[in-house]
Amino acid sequence: MMGRFFGGVHPDYNKDLSRGKPIETMPVPGRLVVYLSQNLGAPSKAVVKKGDAVLKGQVIAESGGFVSTPVHAPVSGVVAAIDTFPHPVGTDLPAIVIEPDGNDRWADGCDVERDVDALSSAEIRDLVHDGGLVGMGGATFPTHVKLSPPPEKPIDVLVLNGAECEPYLSADHRMMVEHAEEILDGAALFARVIEVGRVIVGIEKNKPDAIAAMRERAAGREGFEVAALDVVYPQGAEKQLIFAVTGRRVPAGGLPMDVGVLVQNVATCRAAREAVRFNRPLIERVLTVTGRAIAEPKNLLVRVGTPFEDIVAFCGGMSGETGKIISGGPMMGVSQYSLAAAVTKGTSGIVLLRRDEVAQFVSDACIRCGRCVEACPMRLDPSTLSILVERMRFDDAGETGVNDCMECGCCAYVCPSRRPLVQHFRRAKAELRAKARKAG
Amino acid sequence: MLTAILALAAVALALSFVLAIAARVFAVDVDPRAEKIEEALPGANCGACGLPGCSELARRIAEGKADIDACPVGGAAVARAIAAIMGQDFAGGGVRRVAMVMCNGGDESARRRFWYNGVRDCNSAALLFGGDKSCAYGCLGLGTCAGVCPFGAIDMTGAGLAVVDPARCTGCTKCVDACPKGIIRMVPADRTIHILCSSHDKGAKTRKVCAVGCIGCMKCVKAAPEGAIAMDRNLAVVDYEAEIPPEIAGECPMKTIHVRKLDGLADLDAAAGGER
Ligand code: SF4
Ligand code: SF4
Ligand code: SF4
Ligand code: SF4
Repeated sequence: MMGRFFGGVHPDYNKDLSRGKPIETMPVPGRLVVYLSQNLGAPSKAVVKKGDAVLKGQVIAESGGFVSTPVHAPVSGVVAAIDTFPHPVGTDLPAIVIEPDGNDRWADGCDVERDVDALSSAEIRDLVHDGGLVGMGGATFPTHVKLSPPPEKPIDVLVLNGAECEPYLSADHRMMVEHAEEILDGAALFARVIEVGRVIVGIEKNKPDAIAAMRERAAGREGFEVAALDVVYPQGAEKQLIFAVTGRRVPAGGLPMDVGVLVQNVATCRAAREAVRFNRPLIERVLTVTGRAIAEPKNLLVRVGTPFEDIVAFCGGMSGETGKIISGGPMMGVSQYSLAAAVTKGTSGIVLLRRDEVAQFVSDACIRCGRCVEACPMRLDPSTLSILVERMRFDDAGETGVNDCMECGCCAYVCPSRRPLVQHFRRAKAELRAKARKAG
Repeated sequence: MLTAILALAAVALALSFVLAIAARVFAVDVDPRAEKIEEALPGANCGACGLPGCSELARRIAEGKADIDACPVGGAAVARAIAAIMGQDFAGGGVRRVAMVMCNGGDESARRRFWYNGVRDCNSAALLFGGDKSCAYGCLGLGTCAGVCPFGAIDMTGAGLAVVDPARCTGCTKCVDACPKGIIRMVPADRTIHILCSSHDKGAKTRKVCAVGCIGCMKCVKAAPEGAIAMDRNLAVVDYEAEIPPEIAGECPMKTIHVRKLDGLADLDAAAGGER
């Protein structure tokens, strides 16, 4: 039951720059900036103070609520400071700064293999929480929360997201080529927690080697299959992916569990294997450093907290004049004004564009051409929405569905008037959130 | 032809009776005082009183459900006129309050951290790293406040600063609510000493990002009469109840203290040139 979702666009993929590069491990930098906000939801609460010695894998911040996760020391060393730093999402946020001691020593109990077959599903879920797992595709939603659906929403399919539809990025692609077995091992753990027999891996057709590697490993596993998906952005968006692999439609404002599906990113699956089977919490991730303004594009395994500056230096520095630095992919990522930010659990890539690649434009009035309506995968009317926002009619924008916007950027990509549509919708959502907060 | 005209005339006559009856049956008693009060109100329909418009406020005042000085825009003069209509006394008055943008870090004093190419609106710009201004507390200069001011009282300087003209400002506070940086304060119109900075950063950091920011050195606090200037988290704040001599401006090493002249608007015009 394969479907093609409504809307979407075909941007230049530019994945050739990095997709052939095997994952390289980056050495630990001289200083790590570990944000307390590593997940969507409540930020974590620091449990260490300046001057404390910490070991790799030790909890340095506890969950700040149910929709929150603990944060672990990515390296052994000393807490040098707790202060605010520019976070890649676009605000200054508190972080724990760790100076490594050079030993890279694990805390007691970490890095020890467990007998996973003896674990109950509740125990696995707790280990997923304790390991600090979040959605590593970029959304950083705490994984244990996704694994706790209410009883009235039974789940029968686990979908692994290997679409990686964002232009330029290739980290998940390399992960599937090089670590297929580990991804599926982690997925099997998730399948056990939510008691599903069917696991479908969705991968865009432009990654034939990843499809082959995953098919080969999935063959031996009962109920596992790999679906090759059309190449169209945003194929990897949750609702669009679910429709493509199962034909089920998640209602507006609904969640995947409303149609019996759980989606997990492939990198998250591998992290689950590490955390549950080996008691290695989430302290490192693979990301893509790419774009024509970086000397040597790479797929890198880096510690959480590694400053962008060190990563760019490790990739040979910038080449030519850099016009834009983006954390994440060019469609949904956030422009950075400096390299001061550091890697979070959700940093899927750093894209550096040359000045001549960055279009400079002025936006115009909406000409009501309707292209954005055709492109919007959420079936919204970005044209009307943007005009409402310009007139500061935020309530009307809310009623017209602005909160369903996933900020995929398809509308802005096709708009001939170059209207800053996504920024308008972010603003409207922020205003509506502030209003809801005020109303209590 | 003739029948058609007669028929229409008959219909018109019948309808006019219906209307005449309806006018009596559905008549609404309008308090004549409400009409007079509405005439006395500024008629800007700005909403600063919290009601949909001037006529609604007029109705409520006439019914005794709103105070006679409920219009912040009209001030004491309008309140006095309404008091006369209502046959009440109005003793209040006092000094008019006007808005003031507590930032003097224009482009020549504070830097832009990056090149912003998005929606020309302060609230939208503030979504990305709080805006492009080097100082986290500084005026972004995209004029959202000027856009919401119903009285056109806010000018944008060439240096990217919003400046309120106290002569045109009615004190409706709309701009205060609109500014994402929260740097617009209501101040008594007759005060001359103002500290034009909102930064709670430590002095060393402020000095790095702005040439005219308050660095918290406390020189003004010591030179001013006891309690007239107080420190609030690295920022000197004027107590507008106190009298402060204009010489205080000379004490500030950062030239953050502004002496506003009350005669005419010459100093504000000079601000457009960048020095105030
Ligand atoms: S950014 Fe929002 S409105 Fe625009 S295409 Fe995507 S979902 Fe639709
Ligand atoms: S694509 Fe742009 S110009 Fe066309 S209708 Fe949408 S917002 Fe308006
Ligand atoms: S005072 Fe506030 S709203 Fe007005 S221009 Fe400055 S930042 Fe924008
Ligand atoms: S400057 Fe501010 S307080 Fe004064 S009239 Fe304009 S919006 Fe109202």
